[in-house]
Amino acid sequence: MGVGISQSDLQSPNITDGKGASRSWSERIIENLIRLCGISAILIITLIFVFLIKEGIGAFKTLSIWEFLGSRWYPIEGLYGIMPLLVGSVLVTAVAIVIAVPLGLATAVYLGEIAPTWLREILKPLIEVLAGIPSIVLGFFGWLVVAPIIQSLGAPSGLTAFTGALILAYMTLPTIISITEDALYAVPKEYRDGSLAIGATQWQTIWRVVIPAARSGIVIAVMLGIGRAIGETMLVLLVTGNAANIPELGLGMLFQPVRTMTATIAAEMGEVAQGSLHYSVLFAIGIILFLITGVINLLATRFVGGTKRRSGGQL
Amino acid sequence: MKHPIKKPLQKNVWTLKSLLALLLMTVLISLFACKSRYGSSTGNQESTSGQQQAIQNKGSDTLVNVALAWAEAYHEIEPDVSIAVTGGGSGTGIAALINNTVDIANASRAMKEDEIKDAQANGINPVEHVVAIDALAIIVNLENPVDQLTITQLSDMYTGRITNWKDVGGKDAPIILLSRETNSGTHVYFLEEVVREGDSENTDIFAPQTLLMPSSVGITSEVRRNPNAIGYDGLGYVDAEHEKIIAIAADDESEFIMPTVQSASEGTYPLARDLYMYTAGEPSGAVADYLNWILGPDGQGIVASLGFVPLTEN
Repeated sequence: MGVGISQSDLQSPNITDGKGASRSWSERIIENLIRLCGISAILIITLIFVFLIKEGIGAFKTLSIWEFLGSRWYPIEGLYGIMPLLVGSVLVTAVAIVIAVPLGLATAVYLGEIAPTWLREILKPLIEVLAGIPSIVLGFFGWLVVAPIIQSLGAPSGLTAFTGALILAYMTLPTIISITEDALYAVPKEYRDGSLAIGATQWQTIWRVVIPAARSGIVIAVMLGIGRAIGETMLVLLVTGNAANIPELGLGMLFQPVRTMTATIAAEMGEVAQGSLHYSVLFAIGIILFLITGVINLLATRFVGGTKRRSGGQL
Repeated sequence: MKHPIKKPLQKNVWTLKSLLALLLMTVLISLFACKSRYGSSTGNQESTSGQQQAIQNKGSDTLVNVALAWAEAYHEIEPDVSIAVTGGGSGTGIAALINNTVDIANASRAMKEDEIKDAQANGINPVEHVVAIDALAIIVNLENPVDQLTITQLSDMYTGRITNWKDVGGKDAPIILLSRETNSGTHVYFLEEVVREGDSENTDIFAPQTLLMPSSVGITSEVRRNPNAIGYDGLGYVDAEHEKIIAIAADDESEFIMPTVQSASEGTYPLARDLYMYTAGEPSGAVADYLNWILGPDGQGIVASLGFVPLTEN
């Protein structure tokens, strides 16, 4: 009495593929749909890059590389030197990260390791709210409230690289905090237990065991923070003063106005005639931004890979 | 023997597949069936009366308040015509005219040679209409002791040759230069008439440390709160209660004149400029009617009420 249920009974009409195994064609449709979704992500990025190159490469038919890397940006008189814009973006991002990383790391450590549960329950949603504030609102707040404060501290004007960096730091904080917190959470309990067992204090455990163990996750958090900061547009447009000037080296450098690449594209894209040199140069700036974020992400994944290998496959 | 499990499985799979197919069809149909609400705005000029007509008006931020007031007032008289007004700067408006995406481009500066060439290469022949006059006011903080400046002094300040207020009769403090963005017609006008002192051979440009504010209001706000700032704005954007207006002399021999409606229309104020509207070719139909109304007493009355200078009768 065979009540045996064979494979073929449980499946819908069979199609055999090249390998000779039977697979239902509904499964194949779904598999291919999912494969398409995965490929589409790569496809979209490639298409964006191709588009940027196509629109931006025209700039280099007219401009030499030296002109492009010049120190004066004044497009209506044919001066297309992007050095002040690069310096502006890098300065604002660097200072923002220098402010945000210690702050974010400390917050994540506090939330993850030290805070009592009831406090965690309050602080975590608040940080999510900070993440949800639109950047233009933060920029407006910066322009209205923070800039006059910076001016009263003695800066010639409140619209400076430092103002931009300060608010940018607050904007990237939620990103850095959440990812760092996840990284700290992923550190196995055994590490902490072992450390405490050999007589280390809680702080020693956190500082010397947990944080180094979560190192690669923290690096990813910082990289993502950098990526977000360098791409931020409306905020820096409102508070950095938009002066295409390379500030003189020295501490006062932070309190000079700067102009970022992103603000330049936002402010000037509306006025360019399609296909003109200015149009192509703005796209060339876009290519540079794309490459910078690409390199940062690449370095981040490399770092993770390296750490994995070194620690023998365990984070 | 037929297994009872088989049938329900079949039914589920069919439902899933038909749902997917329906979804795909809906997405495809909506993608191809959506038409833009506006289509091409140019070409509206020949529509018969009684139909809704839209005029696209884009450009100068200096003109944008006046253009909005005109659009609203005109819509009350001619409800069939709706005018969409956008700012973005004279450069933006002119670029849109070259790209043939607007009916009327507002500009606070004249079109340049190469812009006219680009337009003609695109099949557009731009026609200039002067619609109002604007006096460009130089403003400083209320606490600033400086009352008057010559154009040469302004030029030296804005090119960075003079960097301290004490060199022009003020306090010992650094000069903070404010300007509009490069897409602004006001910026270009200031470059030509003040920084280059009206000399077309002059190639000076703004000092790199000039702060480029995204709007006219950005300039007035920064001037209000920064005691060392200097900026420029159209007379209609300036409030004498909150910003100090500087009297300007064309050169060392001339008198220092304050910008007012009277001094601008008489021509005694050195920084009075024409405000333009550009159309693609000679205007006809609704656009022509609108322009005629603007140049008439109603339109010019609105100009005066907003702090600009109406065209004199000629």
